[in-house]
Order: sequence, then structure tokens, then C-alpha cells
Amino acid sequence: MSIVTVQLGQCGNQIGHEVFSALCSDIRGTHGLCSKKENESYQDSCKERFFCEEESAVPVARAVLVDMEPKVISQTLSMAARSGHWKYSSHSHFCQKQGSGNNWANGYSVHGPRHKEAIMNLVQKEAEKCDRLGGFFTIMSMAGGTGSGLGAFVTQCLRDAFPTSFILNHVIWPYGTGEVIVQNYNSVLTLSHLYHSSDALLVHENDVIHKICSQLMNIKQISFRDVNQVIAHQLGSVFQPTHTAGGGSGYSRNPLGDLMETLVPHPEFRMLGLRNIPQMPENSLPYSTFSWPGLIKHLRQMLIANAQMEEGIDWQVRPPHPGSSIPSRNKPLHFNTSIANLVILRGKDVHSVDLGSFQDPSLYTSWLNPQDAFNAWRTPRAFNKYEKSASLVSNSQFLLKPLDSIVGKAWNMFASKAYLHQYTKFGIQEEDFLDCFTTLEQVISSYTNL
Amino acid sequence: MTQSVVVQVGQCGNQVGCRFWDLALREHAAVNKKGVYDEALSSFFRNVDTRSGDNGPDIYKGKICSLKARALLIDMEEGVVNEILQGPLRDVFDSKQLITDVSGSGNNWAVGHKIYGCQYRENIVEKLRKTAEHCDCLQCFFIIHSMGGGTGSGLGTFVLNLLEEEFPEVYRFVTSVYPSGEDDVITSPYNSVLAMKELNEHADCVLPIENESLFEIVNKIHQMINSGKLGSTVKPNSLVTSSAGSAKTLQEKPFDAMNNIVANLLLNLTSSARFEGSLNMDLNEISMNLVPFPRLHYLVSSLTPLYTLADVNVPSRRLDQMFSDAFSRDHQLIQADPKHSLYLACALLVRGNVQVSDLRRNIERLKPSLHFVSWNQEGWKTGLCSVPPVGHSHSLLALANNTCVKPTFIELKDRFMKLYKKKAHLHHYLQIDGMEQSCFSEAVSSLSDLIEEYNELDATKGGPRIDPSRLKIAV
Repeated sequence: MSIVTVQLGQCGNQIGHEVFSALCSDIRGTHGLCSKKENESYQDSCKERFFCEEESAVPVARAVLVDMEPKVISQTLSMAARSGHWKYSSHSHFCQKQGSGNNWANGYSVHGPRHKEAIMNLVQKEAEKCDRLGGFFTIMSMAGGTGSGLGAFVTQCLRDAFPTSFILNHVIWPYGTGEVIVQNYNSVLTLSHLYHSSDALLVHENDVIHKICSQLMNIKQISFRDVNQVIAHQLGSVFQPTHTAGGGSGYSRNPLGDLMETLVPHPEFRMLGLRNIPQMPENSLPYSTFSWPGLIKHLRQMLIANAQMEEGIDWQVRPPHPGSSIPSRNKPLHFNTSIANLVILRGKDVHSVDLGSFQDPSLYTSWLNPQDAFNAWRTPRAFNKYEKSASLVSNSQFLLKPLDSIVGKAWNMFASKAYLHQYTKFGIQEEDFLDCFTTLEQVISSYTNL
Repeated sequence: MTQSVVVQVGQCGNQVGCRFWDLALREHAAVNKKGVYDEALSSFFRNVDTRSGDNGPDIYKGKICSLKARALLIDMEEGVVNEILQGPLRDVFDSKQLITDVSGSGNNWAVGHKIYGCQYRENIVEKLRKTAEHCDCLQCFFIIHSMGGGTGSGLGTFVLNLLEEEFPEVYRFVTSVYPSGEDDVITSPYNSVLAMKELNEHADCVLPIENESLFEIVNKIHQMINSGKLGSTVKPNSLVTSSAGSAKTLQEKPFDAMNNIVANLLLNLTSSARFEGSLNMDLNEISMNLVPFPRLHYLVSSLTPLYTLADVNVPSRRLDQMFSDAFSRDHQLIQADPKHSLYLACALLVRGNVQVSDLRRNIERLKPSLHFVSWNQEGWKTGLCSVPPVGHSHSLLALANNTCVKPTFIELKDRFMKLYKKKAHLHHYLQIDGMEQSCFSEAVSSLSDLIEEYNELDATKGGPRIDPSRLKIAV
């Protein structure tokens, strides 16, 4: 099944480009470490999922590029074409001349309705090119105006036009210390709207990725390109083909559907966090070896202690005593309770890996059986030159603190009424803000009481 | 890509404007090696096919034929505009973009605003419409003028009003040169306060500039160059005050160095809208992020570095120095010290070889020494543009919405009241049709209200931080 990616705004387009680049370079790589047959099956599956084979022989990304100003899209298109290994279709982009000015209301209330037809036409065309449509993957930041506001509007349109398709929003959370002054308003408006139309939100935080770049990747002068490449690697590690547990011998045909089924049992809980290990500079890879027990142990502790990367994990945090039913407020502090987890293993000897530690009932809430709350996907085909790599997609309290922080700051600003005139002039009133705050406080409360 | 139109009014406005166009051409020439008319150029210039004379059609792609500035030059005296038209920039403007008269405004705001405004209204509207028609997507008007005189101040603010009426969707950014205390125009306080009321009500963003600050920056640079302290030589075209490499070959006039600073300010302000970068900052984003309440739209600006040393190696330390300088008192373009006042919002637009980590590192470093208003503790707007300005490997423009503008306004009001109490020179204004005493009282009242808004914000500085309680959800 194929996934259509919608890249929204500067961030969405810049990341989207890195994602397709990473996927393409992975399948062209010779470090698969598996049988030729396995490798070919992997390549075919990836190509069907993300690329369209046209007569030109260079795979064409299944993507729609949207931005309200032209500079980023034209850069993105030309960078892809220059790679020589893949490209975007020349008819799959939509842009205007003047951006959204970091104004969510402008993106949502003005640009959205105005350009709905044109954008949805492009999406329809891409969807029709797929033999079987597996769903939509949108990439956007929530701090700006286009990705956030227009992105929220487009998500709603996707939901209306494709009511039975899966929609996964990949949302970038901005640096805590300002990229955009009104980022907290834009974030609150975006998240609350997405919560009503999308199936799940997969979140990356700039602060976290930045730390990975500086501490694990040893990059001295970190650019947005570096950040985007780490994000692309992490996304690739989730969405490249795998065998699902009971899926038989072939590669999984329905990645988005499987993801939703395993991770989103309840509509109130849709925020997914992502962790990936190991993460290191490419030139260190040949000199490093890892053992699966070690990787799994670290990944599990990263989950429990809500660590952002494999360094600096707090090993003191332990799950509550198994078997006892502890009300949430008595649970040990800093313990990250999960609703559901998905672990994805790639590379050498994956089938021998013991993931029992992730099925420990004390990690989870009591609603689901631990067998249902935890799932694993595997493939012996190594990803992106990492001999062994493990990813964790988690529906847990990972994002509770950052979400609470964003809502708190936005509320603080809202109480002083600062910047509200910029939104009301495009039709977003104070009551709309209040509705959004209410939605998110509900989400925060739900996750807190796990 | 969007276009912007520059409206330069009065002697000061036109002299600064002239430097702006000169340096803009220089900047685009440095970036655009192939002579192709691209989108970056189109933001300020039209490409006209002049083979069939001055009324040739616009060419939207391909080789550069003849560049025409998207500008309107307005002055009620002919001297300055004539000089521009006889100088090296004469081909950049055509006669349809000029509005001139002979006798000037006599340093009288009322003459500029009421008499000439009325007289030239239709002419101005028609020429503005023409300029707008040449634009595919007009985003912003830049008005350049001074506050202390008659034309720039009076007619300039009249045009501001007109722009709001005729083009309500287009942003209005005003670069205003405020008079200094020792200004030789006695009535400059009247003109400035009358103009302030218009700026309060009709501008989206105002960038106030004070001649004193420009003068001090120019002196500072001269001292550095002539002191021999610098081990290596300074690259001549890197001076923020220099015209080197531009079309201007005649001897520099005394205000040129100062006006170049303002020209560079405008170039840096628009750089991210014109050129690519990893985090674009368009003009509409500046207004969105830096104006929390409609009337508080006065932005204090600073440009660094003022010059580049000739050696190419730029270690990280020097980069950090650039950030520190942007917040120092002597780099601000008005007499103000933002560090000791309260920030409502701050924007950093970086050009050149600077990455997000450099930006983050410096924000973290400088944040503790700055005071931000309680509801905007992390109030930073950042932009990264890949193309550096001519002669530099990187540069920084800082725009601050900060209560440090208050002293400038208070002084202005004091100077106004000194004259007004004695009714000095008032008759020159009141004898103009349409002018009444109430114009004055309303203007000073508007200024007082503005000062009071800044006072209220200042009162919150350093006070206890009480976060409003969050919404409670029934569990």
C-alpha cells in the first residue's frame, strides 16, 4: 500500500525532502546485511510505499508540496532533482506569492478556504496514482503560519474527502526559546484542531533533536539541515518496510493502519513520541558494535524514565511494583506510564531478540492486555548503515510535560491579550482560543491521570 | 515572491532613499552574477524593455534589460530630486515616479499635510496605483521621511493616510528620522508631534532613527580606522557607512555615511524576504511577531557588525561578539539602552554563514541580562538568511519592541510643550486652512497616551511574576 506525503510550509518541505532522501539512499545502500531476496523485497516494498516508478527510471516521490510562498518549494524541487536518484513530480506542488506571516488564523481561515480546491486536486491526483492508498502522512511545524494553520485546515479536508483513510500528522514542536514569538498560540490552535481530525500525531521536538545533534552526533555548528536529517533518519527507521508479528512472510502492506491499530486504542490519546537508538556520527559506525540486549535495555529505560536519548538516562527510575494496583498519584515520580508501545528492530539477528521486558504489565495502564499494549515489527534488513537499530513509537506520557509547558506559556500570553488583534482580524476570536485551550487541558488531564 | 514599494518624501527621505537604491543595486550585483532578472530583484525593481523608449513593457524573466526602482519620489522642492536625476542613478527612476514642486514646505507640517496634501492627492494616488499595477503581489510600502521638517513630516504622513485608505491590505513600514535636541529647525517639535499622531494611528511598524546615533556610529568607525589600533585593514566596502563599490563616484556628502546606515537597515530587513535561507522571515512576520498591541509598533533597531576586518578567518568568538554588540547602547539607531528597559518582543535576523546552533547559543547567553515582559519571557523571533551583505561573511539585524523608546517620546513631548505653552510660532500653523488648536491638543494627547502605555508596561518590570491560573477540567 502507498502513503501519500503532504509537505506543508517551510519546515514541512525541508524535512520532507530529507525524508525522501534518506529513504532513497537507504534502499540504494549496500549495507543491507541480509539475503539478496530479502533486500529486493525490501526495496520493492519501500518503492511501492513512497515512490512512483515512472518511465524516467528515477523514482518519483509520492508527495504534494504546499507552501504560501515560493522560495522553499523551488529550492526543495531543485535539490531533489540534483541528487539524480529521485525527484518530485513537477506537477505536485502548490505555492502562492505571499506567506502566512506566522499567523495561524491567516493560514487556516484565509489561505485554507481560498486554496482548498487546488490543493485537494493535487492530493487526489497523487492518491489516484496509488494502486492501493494506505493513508496520508503530513509533515508540518506548529509554530509558524502555513504548516500550522493551513496544515490544520488541510488535515480537516483530508478527513472529509477520505473518511476511511488513515491520517498521521508529523508535527514539529519548536525550540522552547522562541523561533517565533507567537509560537505558543499557533501550537495550541494547531494541536487542538488536529486532535479532532487526524488519527494520530507523531511528534518531534527541536530541542530534543538539537541535543542529539550536539551530544551524540558531535556536530559543532548545528544547522537546520542537520536537525532535519536526524528527524528523517528516525522517521525512516519507523516507516521503512518491516514484517509485522503475525503478518506472514511478506512485508507489511498497511503500515499506517497497523500503527494506528497498535498504538491508538482510545481517541482521547493520540500523541505519539519517537525514540531511536543507536544514534551516532556516520564515520563512527564502522568502529562500533552493539548487542541487542544492551540496546533493548537502554530503549526500555529510555521509555520508563522518559529520556530523550541514550545518554544521560536516569537509571534510578523503576516501574511501580508489579501486581499492586496503584492509583496514578502514588506512582513513583518521573515514571512514564504507557498506553501502548511499538518497537521496531532492524538488522542482524533480529529474530532472536527477546522483548519480554517490554511486556511487563507495570509499564502500562490497566486497560489493555500487555500482549495487546505491546507490539514489535522486525526486519533482518539493516537500515541506513546501522548494523542493528531499534526504534520505539510510544503512546505514553512522553509529551505531557512539553505539552503542559506550551499550553502554560500560551495561557500566560492569552491572559494579557497580547497579539490577539493579529488573530481576530482574520476571524479567530477569543472564544475560539478558549475552546482550544479547553481541548488541550482535557488532553493534559487525561494523560496526567494515566 | 512579493514586491515592495518605497515612498521617499522630503529632503531627508529622498537622500536616504537615494542611498538605499544605490546599495540595493550593489547588493544584487554581488549576488546575481549572471545578469538574469530573478525573483529577488523583482521585489524592488522592475525590468523594463527600454528599446522602445521609456514606456516599454515589463519583462518578467530572462536577461536584465533596464532596472527601474519600485519607488515614488516626492518633494516640494526640486533640488534633491533633481540631483538624484542627474546623478548615476538617473536611469533607475523615470519621470512618472516623481512628484515635485518648487517652493518647499517651510518646515511647516501643516503646509505639507494640509496644503500640498490636498493639492497633490489625486496625482499621488494615480502614481501609487500605477506602481502597484506593476506589482504581481504587492506586500509592503516603505515610507522614508524625517519628522522634524515640513514635507517629509507633513506630506509624508498624508501619504501614509492615503496608503491606508487606498491599499488597506498592504503593510506600511515607516522609517522616521527624529530630530535631535539641537535641531536647527525651531518648529521641529511641533512637526514631530503632529506627525507622531499619524504614525500612531496609521502605520503598521515604525523604525525610529535619531541623527545623533547615526552620527556617533560614523564617528566610532572613523576613530577605529584612524587609530591604527586594528592590526589588519578594514575591508572598505564592508563599512556599514560606506558607498564603496556602488554607483556613487562623486565625493561623499556629509550625510551620506549616516544615510548609508539607514539604507543598510532596510536592506537587511528585507533580505530574508528576497533571498533564501533555512528559516525565512518575511515582512508580514515582522509585524505579526513584534506588535503585541496595535499602538505599540515602534521598533528599535541595531545593525552589526559595523565593519569587517580583512582577514577571512571568523572564529566563533567574533560571531558571539556580533550578538553582544547588537544589544549594546552604542549600536542602536536611536539614543536608547534596551538592556536596561523592558522588552516586549525581540527579533534577530541573521545573514550569512550562521546556523541555528549559533543563534541558540547566543540567545541563551544573552537572555539572563535582558528583561522581558512577564507574558513573553521567551519572546524571540529569529530568521536565518543564507546570503550575507556585501563585504561581510555574516551580519545581524536586531529589532526590539522595547520600552526604551519612551525617553525619546518624552523628550519630544517636553520640547513640544515648551513651545506650545508660549504659543510660539503657532500662528504659522493655525493660519493654514484645516488647522485648528484641536489638532495640536489631540496630537499631544495621542503622544501622552502612548507614553502612558509604555509607563504601565515599565511598572510591571521586575515585579513579582504571577502566572494566571489555568483552566480547570472536571476529571
